[in-house]
Amino acid sequence: MDFLNAIILISNFIIVPAITYGSQLALGAIGVTLIYGVLRFANFAYGDLMAFATMIVILTTWYLQSIGISLGFLPTALLALPIGILITIGISLFFDKTVFEYYRNKKANSVTFIVVSLGLMFVLNAIVRIIIGPGDINFMDGHKFIMKAREFKNLTGLNEGLAIKSTQVITLITTVITCSLLFYFLNKTKTGKSMRAYSDNEDLALLSGIDPKKIILITWVIVSILATVGGTLYGLDKSFKPFTYFNNLLPIFAATIVGGIGNPLGAFYGGFLVAFSEITLTYAYKKFFKYLLPENLEPNTLIQFISTDYKFAISFAILVIVLIFRPNGIFKGKVI
Amino acid sequence: MTKNFDVKISFTIMAVLIALVGIFQSWGVALSILNLCLISAVMSMGVNIQWGFAGLINFGVMGFLAIGGLATVLVSVPPVYEAWAAGGGGILISGLFLLLVIVTIYLINSKIPKFKYKNHIIFLIIIVSIPLLKFISGPAIGRIESINAATSGFLGGANLPIILSWFVGGILSALVAFIIGKICLGLRSDYLAISTLLISGIVITIVKHEEWLSRGVKNVIGLKRPAPYETNLQKTDWFINAIEFFNTSKLSNIIDLEARASLLNQLVITSSGIFVKLCFSIIFLIVVLTLLYLSEKALNSPWGRMMRAIRDNEDAAKAMGKNVVKQHLFIFMLGSAIIGFAGAMLVTYDGLFTPSSYQPLRYTFLIWVMVLLGGTGNNYGAILGGFAVWFIWIQSAPFALFIINLLTNHLDETSYLKEHLRDSVPYFRYLMMGLGLLLVMRYRPMGLLPEKVIKN
Repeated sequence: MDFLNAIILISNFIIVPAITYGSQLALGAIGVTLIYGVLRFANFAYGDLMAFATMIVILTTWYLQSIGISLGFLPTALLALPIGILITIGISLFFDKTVFEYYRNKKANSVTFIVVSLGLMFVLNAIVRIIIGPGDINFMDGHKFIMKAREFKNLTGLNEGLAIKSTQVITLITTVITCSLLFYFLNKTKTGKSMRAYSDNEDLALLSGIDPKKIILITWVIVSILATVGGTLYGLDKSFKPFTYFNNLLPIFAATIVGGIGNPLGAFYGGFLVAFSEITLTYAYKKFFKYLLPENLEPNTLIQFISTDYKFAISFAILVIVLIFRPNGIFKGKVI
Repeated sequence: MTKNFDVKISFTIMAVLIALVGIFQSWGVALSILNLCLISAVMSMGVNIQWGFAGLINFGVMGFLAIGGLATVLVSVPPVYEAWAAGGGGILISGLFLLLVIVTIYLINSKIPKFKYKNHIIFLIIIVSIPLLKFISGPAIGRIESINAATSGFLGGANLPIILSWFVGGILSALVAFIIGKICLGLRSDYLAISTLLISGIVITIVKHEEWLSRGVKNVIGLKRPAPYETNLQKTDWFINAIEFFNTSKLSNIIDLEARASLLNQLVITSSGIFVKLCFSIIFLIVVLTLLYLSEKALNSPWGRMMRAIRDNEDAAKAMGKNVVKQHLFIFMLGSAIIGFAGAMLVTYDGLFTPSSYQPLRYTFLIWVMVLLGGTGNNYGAILGGFAVWFIWIQSAPFALFIINLLTNHLDETSYLKEHLRDSVPYFRYLMMGLGLLLVMRYRPMGLLPEKVIKN
């Protein structure tokens, strides 16, 4: 019984939150890595693109709610997703046309691209804050919990409860669907293969008749879908605040580099790696050992590797360690 | 727009703009804009040394500024003796332990020649030492933080003059830059950008949460000043006499003695604020001019030529026998030291250290906009960028309000759109910065004052 309690405790406080957070990071990291693979620069405006996309979803949700449409027990935001995706694709392509295309044709170096994406970051940041304001917005409706901690306790008779929020399940399912479709597209379809070829060796791909304009268009479309889905899921699970989205860019970058920049599968695993290490290293295991160890061995400290204040710092530390020992990332980078 | 802006013309324009603020708003506002412009100029010169001279992309500006700010607390605040008595020993022991760990890692890394699992051992040492460090320092930290938690709860500083802290901030930043440089400088430029950004995040987290060191998010207020305090000044005889002397004509118009005294009092109060800001301006101006002189000297010295050669063609410089790695590390430390210096100046001017205010947008990317807008590789450009960007940053809110009022003139006063736009006035500055950066990168990629090509 104590053993089961310990397992449930770990699931409730580590595994379930880490899977949710990991999925959100993974979606973001794949987006960053795709831009890096195909367009060959680190896009600092990505966090704010996510914020923009989520803002559109929120506005649509509000509109839908105002005319009385809802999805019942599911959040209305899911219904608003397609509109959010469409508008985000629009703005991505607009910025590509007005900003990035010029530098691509000039074959500017990657630092110029980074600087330009900084400019874009400022602009998107401003647009989001001007339209929806800098405050916290909660746009989650529908059922909050699939299983409450107390229900679980009553059901199983255990001391520890396992709470599962519906957003956590939605996040997981959406991520699985999005990523399966994406990897199917990249590995099985002709367009996906030509995209990988283009990322692998641009000149060779151009020689074999791959149209770079089409590849770039498709990349922005995929990236916008990922940004909208990832941003909306994060917003549903926690809440929407423009500044957090900007801050999330940092663990997303960490996940991207850890997984090998330019490698979508690596970015996927990188997201989960960052999420799991953030949560496992900051969790206090006192109660866990209380269940497992005999009474006289019970710990009297928190048994916490590092305090929760350093949650963000952990992902950065992982990044530093990876950069020292395996600069190309855990999975080989630079190929999508 | 093809002809380069003249240095003199652009700086005259800046001076006129600040003077206009003085005339139309108030001289206090104008001087505080000028002071922050000067501090920004120091920051952008630091970044310019790294980026313009050597082509190193450092997105960790915020971290070095915070280290400079931390230095002001460590140097100028009087020590808290009770805290030292309660937990000083524990902190010293944990410091020694940390030193021991670092020395061990260093020895393993350099002395043991070839060993397959060397990296694994180092990794293991780091993993084990973190909980151990927490175990050793935990009780001491707890004791320190519990002493007068509301007003102190930290170890305090060395109670030295605050100007000294500017140099300490520079040295501390250079030390941290040494560690970061050792890790990151071998990386490609875009990796360097990301990893410096993330490491500056770690620095901020440490400064925020180690309350025994600098009170963390509880802030340290009432720092010392290199200039006199307003309240003291208002009671000083020579200052009152000076104000009386300067405003003789104004005062002599009033015949009533009481009214004259109250007017004098009012004048003394307003001019004491201006006088303090003027003192700061003079000190900051000296710093900026000294730095400008030194870095112009450096830029035109054989060393400056070597740095430009390394920036423009690393392989050729290597082939000529220049130690690129060493020079990169040196210039990274130098630039970071200047940024740390500026960070200490900023905290000194504000008079308080607020770790939670350090955000990448304001303290990293804005400084980068200054450098890119002003002109990379040109010291005058960096200073101009610092001035212009800070000026726009401060004045864009009133400007945006003016434009909004103009555009929504036909709308009703209570209209939702008008109110909403008015509420979001502060965010128009981001829009202006972004658009400004995009336009400059497109049409003047080398900035307003581009680097001068020196032909020998």
